[in-house]
Amino acid sequence: MRKGLLSLVTVAAMAMGSTAGFAEDKAYTIGVSIPAADHGWTSGVVFHANRVAEVLMAQHPGLNIIVKTSPDPASQANALQDLETQGIDALVILPSDPDPLVNSIKEIKSKGTFVTIVDRAPSVNDDSVRDLYIAGNNYSLGETAGNYIKATTPDAEVVVIRGLPIPIDQTRQDGFDKAIEGSGVKVLDRQFGNWNRDDAFKVMQDYLTKFPKIDVVWCQDDDMAVGVLQAIEQSGRTDIQYVVAGAGSKDMIKKVMDGDKMIPVDVLYPPAMVGTALEMTVANLYGQVPMRGTFTLDATLITKDNASAYYFPDSPF
Amino acid sequence: MGANVTTEDQVEPKRRWQDVDLRAVAPFVALALLLLLGAMVNSNFISLNNLANVATRSAFIALIAVGATFVISSGDLDLSVGSMVAFVASLMILFMNSNAIADPGMMIAAAMLLALIVGALCGLANGLITTVGKIEPFIATLGTMGIYRGLTTWLSQGGAITLQSAEQQDLYRPAYFGVILGVPVPIIVVLAVTSVAAFVLYRMRYGRHVVAVGSNPNVARYSGIKVDRVRTTAFVIQGVCVAIAVMLYVPRLGSTSATTGILWELQAITAVVIGGTALKGGASRVWGTICGAFILELVGNIMLLSNFISEYLIGAIQGAIIIIAMLVQRSLVRKS
Repeated sequence: MRKGLLSLVTVAAMAMGSTAGFAEDKAYTIGVSIPAADHGWTSGVVFHANRVAEVLMAQHPGLNIIVKTSPDPASQANALQDLETQGIDALVILPSDPDPLVNSIKEIKSKGTFVTIVDRAPSVNDDSVRDLYIAGNNYSLGETAGNYIKATTPDAEVVVIRGLPIPIDQTRQDGFDKAIEGSGVKVLDRQFGNWNRDDAFKVMQDYLTKFPKIDVVWCQDDDMAVGVLQAIEQSGRTDIQYVVAGAGSKDMIKKVMDGDKMIPVDVLYPPAMVGTALEMTVANLYGQVPMRGTFTLDATLITKDNASAYYFPDSPF
Repeated sequence: MGANVTTEDQVEPKRRWQDVDLRAVAPFVALALLLLLGAMVNSNFISLNNLANVATRSAFIALIAVGATFVISSGDLDLSVGSMVAFVASLMILFMNSNAIADPGMMIAAAMLLALIVGALCGLANGLITTVGKIEPFIATLGTMGIYRGLTTWLSQGGAITLQSAEQQDLYRPAYFGVILGVPVPIIVVLAVTSVAAFVLYRMRYGRHVVAVGSNPNVARYSGIKVDRVRTTAFVIQGVCVAIAVMLYVPRLGSTSATTGILWELQAITAVVIGGTALKGGASRVWGTICGAFILELVGNIMLLSNFISEYLIGAIQGAIIIIAMLVQRSLVRKS
């Protein structure tokens, strides 16, 4: 009897969409498809997807959230099919590579499923592909770092460690350059550290050999900052005033909280944005509020004052 | 030289030149040329500090490549070493974080022993899959490469595994950053390990068996050499060398992640080949190998110190320099 009633409610909810009634009794299923944890940032995505899913399911008894991780675009396409077969009312996807997955996403959207894309947008990113787009802000990540350096040390000589030669990295560089344009901040050199600790260690060692005086290091990424700090410590040099990294890993945020002189700030590019996407998707299902469009997160400057809001000691990242 | 040096006066000058194994000397000639190039690019390059930095950071690849010299000389190939570094290092850090032993010094010693055992076992697994399983080493170690990498990612849940105790970190740091009589510890370790490896390869029966198996396994088998045992042992030696590299790697950043050691297998193989060991097996030049590892690291260093090379072109120029280094070698060998 109970079961029958429940499925009746489900059918009713499905039939009526989000139009009517007793909010908490409605049963919805949200599929979450994200890349498998293959480096620090994606491991944070997996952590926060599961964390926020638990919170939301506790808030809404009728809500079921299925989190699936996939190592590459091909298996993510399969995961999408699996989710579709299980019957989902909304999809939250952080595509490992957006363009190859566009058709799979469109297929799901064509069934009337609410689609939220997170972080990585396909080249055609309009309402034919998704309903909601949650974006990080790579340009602003560079800009925030540049503005902070310009304000703190107006005549700084800066060395830059880049990530990999891909568009994300270029966008960050553009934002940084725009911020320091016309100021006294001078970039001594830019080299690639491949978003990798060991490579960043080497690049930093060589910078220290090459330049007798460096004021600030901008390495845009928390993982690379680990190698940079180690190289500076080993050299025994005291001319480097501070390092600006980015992303928001627990290790770097802890340093900011503790008032570490070398890491006074961090620039946020949060893996927790998948949680933002989940919350807004649920709001669309239960809250009867308009949620279609693009939501771009700020690259917030994390300082000692606000660091605790971004600190997750249990996260792997 | 040696036996008939009686007619020293006439024969010696001619002989000396021919007796030098040019193939063995070639990598050092390439190294000298590179040093010259570097000195022209940036005056800081030739500073002792910079060269010590570069030599120290080439220690990981050098140590791994010493092991790879055994595997490649015996006609095999090990693609799993980069993943193995990440796996062994992760286990080592996790063990150190467990604080199973109260005294930090003993804890580090136990962790190093654990690394050695795990490394040897990983190598043994590679060896047994290749010999007992009779699977091509390329495929066998491609498989274990995925396994070790996957296990590392799983252990770290995709994130980082970081050494927690500051006490252990302070105590262990000198293993990478320390200096003995002005020489960085990793360089001493590399020289010691290579000396042992050279002794095994050139002075012990096992070393000759390795080369015999590498040049022709069938002939070796008919001569009564236990081919499978020789090959498996080479893989175990590779595993032990990886473990020694890990012992130096952990104190540097005190942390591993899923990307630790990515593509190190290719660097190790390149170092071995630049060093004059034939990729098809049957010849081993272990001193050349560490010279090769140093060359690889130097190329990157020179690129970075130069002011006129675009950061986008570094990969291309690195590739070109490696090929030129090999050509220099070849031309020297042809002359002999």
